[in-house]
Amino acid sequence: MITSEEIKETVGAALPVSLVETQDLTGGGDHWQLIIVSPAFEGKGLIEQHRLVNEALKQPLSDQRIHALSLKTYSPAQWEKLGS
Amino acid sequence: MADEVLSKIEEKVKNNKVMLYMKGTPDFPQCGFSAHTVEILKSYGVPFATEDVLADPSVRDGIKRYSNWPTIPQVYIDGKFVGGCDIVHELHERGELEPILKSAFDK
Repeated sequence: MITSEEIKETVGAALPVSLVETQDLTGGGDHWQLIIVSPAFEGKGLIEQHRLVNEALKQPLSDQRIHALSLKTYSPAQWEKLGS
Repeated sequence: MADEVLSKIEEKVKNNKVMLYMKGTPDFPQCGFSAHTVEILKSYGVPFATEDVLADPSVRDGIKRYSNWPTIPQVYIDGKFVGGCDIVHELHERGELEPILKSAFDK
């Protein structure tokens, strides 16, 4: 398992992020849903956007501290459009 | 030995218009993400092949190396990696999955 703070720190260290929202889906600390807004996602397809996040969280994903990861990724412009 | 798994995967991905690597089977999925991905694919009424990665640890590991993608399920359409549950869900919501499937089956 991993904490929300650790996730935010790890992602923030690897990518310029304007928002990282975490949700512990089961309460067990190993199934997470993340909403990430980053200028690094600009002009990239979903696979590339998710790859950047997967790469950032490579360690906790491979040592199974994160068992399941659900991602929603947006560039700042896409996020703006959602009106959130 | 490792390459054997990758070429087995490559063959399935190339020989099936839609290939889904999942945990469990379409009738008995063993994971919520796999179940959801099956639901989405079924909603288009197109045939798709599946392989249960839980039945073979070498495939479970191999598929992650094949696509350089750390999670399962994984969907391949027309030989190309499309994404996991989140991306397939997002493409479905945006109406972008149908044209991808259509162009695969129109060939």
